[in-house]
Amino acid sequence: MARHFENELKDLKFSLLAMAGQVEEMIALTQASFNERSNAKAERVGQLDKNVDELELKLDQACIDLLALRAPFASDLRLIASTLKIVPVLERIGDHACNIARRAVLLNPYPSVLTGDLLQRIGDETHSMVRRAVDAFVNGDAEMAQAVIDDDDKVDALYGEINRELLRLMLADPLAIERSSHLIIVVKNWERIADQASNIAEEVLFIIGGVNVKHPYLHQPSES
Amino acid sequence: MTTGVSMTQSDASPSVPEPFRAPEPALEAPKGAPPAMPRQANIPLTDAAALEAKPILHIQELNLFYGEKQALHDINMEVGEHTVMALIGPSGCGKSTLLRCINRMNDLVANVRIDGRVLVGQDDVYAPGVDVIALRKRMGMVFQKSNPFPKSIYENVAYGLRIQGIKDRAVVDEAVERSLIASGLWDEVKDRLQDSGLGLSGGQQQRLCIARAMAVQPEVLLMDEPCSALDPLATSRIEELIFDLKRNYTIVIVTHNMQQAARVSDFTAFFWMGKLVEVGLTEKLFTNPRVRMTEDYISGRFG
Repeated sequence: MARHFENELKDLKFSLLAMAGQVEEMIALTQASFNERSNAKAERVGQLDKNVDELELKLDQACIDLLALRAPFASDLRLIASTLKIVPVLERIGDHACNIARRAVLLNPYPSVLTGDLLQRIGDETHSMVRRAVDAFVNGDAEMAQAVIDDDDKVDALYGEINRELLRLMLADPLAIERSSHLIIVVKNWERIADQASNIAEEVLFIIGGVNVKHPYLHQPSES
Repeated sequence: MTTGVSMTQSDASPSVPEPFRAPEPALEAPKGAPPAMPRQANIPLTDAAALEAKPILHIQELNLFYGEKQALHDINMEVGEHTVMALIGPSGCGKSTLLRCINRMNDLVANVRIDGRVLVGQDDVYAPGVDVIALRKRMGMVFQKSNPFPKSIYENVAYGLRIQGIKDRAVVDEAVERSLIASGLWDEVKDRLQDSGLGLSGGQQQRLCIARAMAVQPEVLLMDEPCSALDPLATSRIEELIFDLKRNYTIVIVTHNMQQAARVSDFTAFFWMGKLVEVGLTEKLFTNPRVRMTEDYISGRFG
């Protein structure tokens, strides 16, 4: 009985990994569609999104079934409850990747407005956060999960920096406004993906230690 | 509002429709004060009163031997007043033995030796010269298999009072009615109190036994797998009953059904091979146990 359940949990984890794999591929394609000015890769992102949506439905059902039929306790319960929360987060990341890819298609025919590697860096940093959040889930690695949460600040800083740069460019040259406003949406979506990655990392910490690490300011002693 | 152009005072005048010009009402709360929290569901599920309950049952350094074989090893735990404590663990782990120590049922077993202390309130259950009968009046017990006496429903419930020599009809009537109401059986049997208790269904018989245990108004109710022979419907009635009863009674329940322990108890104690492995808030123990062995047992990976 327990062995059977163990396999079901393994299946659940495996399916979640499959979903995360698709999402990571979407992110990689999104970056490539920018770097290589490839509309085909941007389109591919949209196609993969369908797989992600399908996996979301399957995983939702699997979690509900496991809760209802196996009445799990302790770490099994935490794994399933957190999977229920990670699944929609992954789905959102997929949607953000689609948003970015759509802007890539609009920007690809024109010369870049942003020089330097800022755009590359925010993409790489965010991609790395998602990958490490998923790795932390697979390996039950609390240290790695915490590092992902901490790295969110890096992406936030890049996001601020890029926005300031875009504002400067728009003020200097009205012809940069259209491209810059697309890029504002692009970096906003990268920043959201990074937030979602740290949400996954928070769930990983809950699975491992049973402690909810969200909103740390609420756990600090109040001033009064 | 959707243009994204900020509206200054000067361009707000004639072209802006009336409703948009209404001045912003002042916030009710004083500036800087945090807004009040909205009404919330009862989260966590743990009863706040259970956390503050003062202990009524103390088990201290309890060891029990059946001849040479030690069945309980150095048990230390407390049960708060008007809380439900569930004892869980594999067969033979000592949980029923411990339950029976509380009202000295193990006295009847040959070759048994017990040391350590069990206190109910201030009173040591194993103190020399203790009146065991008087002691058991303070502790009702309900068994795995319902065991009504071959008497009428009324006499089953009245039995404890009869033993105590209470003859006053009004007092007995009152106690019978009160106990049957409390055990949720009154509406089903009030018109046939003189029928035999053995004619009731299994679930009803078990509730009759609970009513019988409660008639003498014990302080502690000991339940030894009270639902193991019942169907889900009768089980859920007993579980609801346990919920209601804990307002007035302290309950210790032995169960093999983990879901049942999770549903009815405030605290859970996990036993293994006569040792208390872990005791704590039920909510905590079933979501994030401290001890690996507890985790393995409750998630069915034992052994």
